[in-house]
Amino acid sequence: MRVAVIKYNAGNIRSVAFALERLTIDFSITDNPEEIRSADKVIFPGVGEASSTMKYLKDTQLDRVILSLTQPVLGICLGMQLMCKHSDENNTPCLGIFDETVTLFQPAHNEKVPHMGWNSLALTKGWLPADVDDQFVYFVHSYYVPVNQHTSAITNYVQPFSSAMRKNNFFAVQFHPEKSAKVGEKILTSFLSLE
Amino acid sequence: MLTKRIIPCLDIKDGRTVKGINFINIRDAGDPVELGAAYAEQGADELVFLDISATNEKRKTLAHLVKEIAAHVNIPFTVGGGISSIADVEPLLEAGADKVSINSAAVKNPILIDQLAKAFGSQFVVLAIDARKLGNQWTVHTHGGSQPTEKKLFSWSKEGQDRGAGEILFTSMDHDGTKSGFAIDPLTKLNELLKIPVIASGGAGRKEDFLEAFVVGKADAALAATLFHFGEIKIPDLKNYLKNNGVPSRI
Repeated sequence: MRVAVIKYNAGNIRSVAFALERLTIDFSITDNPEEIRSADKVIFPGVGEASSTMKYLKDTQLDRVILSLTQPVLGICLGMQLMCKHSDENNTPCLGIFDETVTLFQPAHNEKVPHMGWNSLALTKGWLPADVDDQFVYFVHSYYVPVNQHTSAITNYVQPFSSAMRKNNFFAVQFHPEKSAKVGEKILTSFLSLE
Repeated sequence: MLTKRIIPCLDIKDGRTVKGINFINIRDAGDPVELGAAYAEQGADELVFLDISATNEKRKTLAHLVKEIAAHVNIPFTVGGGISSIADVEPLLEAGADKVSINSAAVKNPILIDQLAKAFGSQFVVLAIDARKLGNQWTVHTHGGSQPTEKKLFSWSKEGQDRGAGEILFTSMDHDGTKSGFAIDPLTKLNELLKIPVIASGGAGRKEDFLEAFVVGKADAALAATLFHFGEIKIPDLKNYLKNNGVPSRI
């Protein structure tokens, strides 16, 4: 199996690479369309800001490459947000795989933003392994995707939001499995072993 | 529910872990990569590595060490010590650091906070503040706590937040190394003042001290070094204790 990690102008891509190395997975970090299309699995990671990363994806036509993929694709953090229709972060039109708008947390009780640290998953349906239900994973984000028909896990901060989603071959997590200790490794392994 | 974070801090000199007691005496406590991985295994929520090497030459080995840490540790970690420019930060980010902490350089050149936040995002920037009470004022100190400055803890931390810092790491130098508990009053005030997370540091001696920092001080995270390095408090015991006392904890 070969994994392509999409290379673009977002941070945190190295962390995903290190996590794959720890799992002894064969991978490449690449922006080559053919290499991405021919991979068995694709990871779309990222930490950063929506408008500048979307602009880069459009300029390099990686946006079309991502939309054309048919193998399992995992969006992580910003990757997940960019898979949505629109982000309120600098009013950015995104890839539109999920028909959702990414919204800034509006604290009601002095909760701090960003939502930073370990929070728990409540699985709803879908692809995450059953034994990660109620387990903790690491989050760092200020914008969130509301709960919707494609939600696979819900986390509570300010209000319930989508911490994982799935639509067809597109999978997404708001948290960082690559930084979430053994639970994160379990989730990555589970994605990588999808048929 | 978002949990409170327990953060062991590893001071690094010439690639080895050390801890200054009241910032003066230094003891050797082992290999940072091994120690970091062991802490992750025990349930530490995050790690901080602080490079206290005296020279820039020795500091160059830091990026290499960060890469080793990133390869072996599966939880987030912050790297600090001697960072004064975007150029200092790039190799650390490339090596796999999740966050950097800045201290003296930010006091001298506050715009560094804006620059780093703009270049890498606020979540990447931890503003570390060492402060001591002089008279009635919590006064910011630099250079490992040796030099008093004009800056005051509360206004400086607010300024740091406004400039784009993603977290404040507040060390009370009056408490550091004393094992008499965290500086609860300024901690409470900071957490009421700020919209970004605050990490309490300096003074942890007992499990009760952590409980107080979270419940009374309203801290988002608490950091300690010696206590953990010498096994005086075991992280799983501490987290069980906190959970049993109603503090959201990742077990």
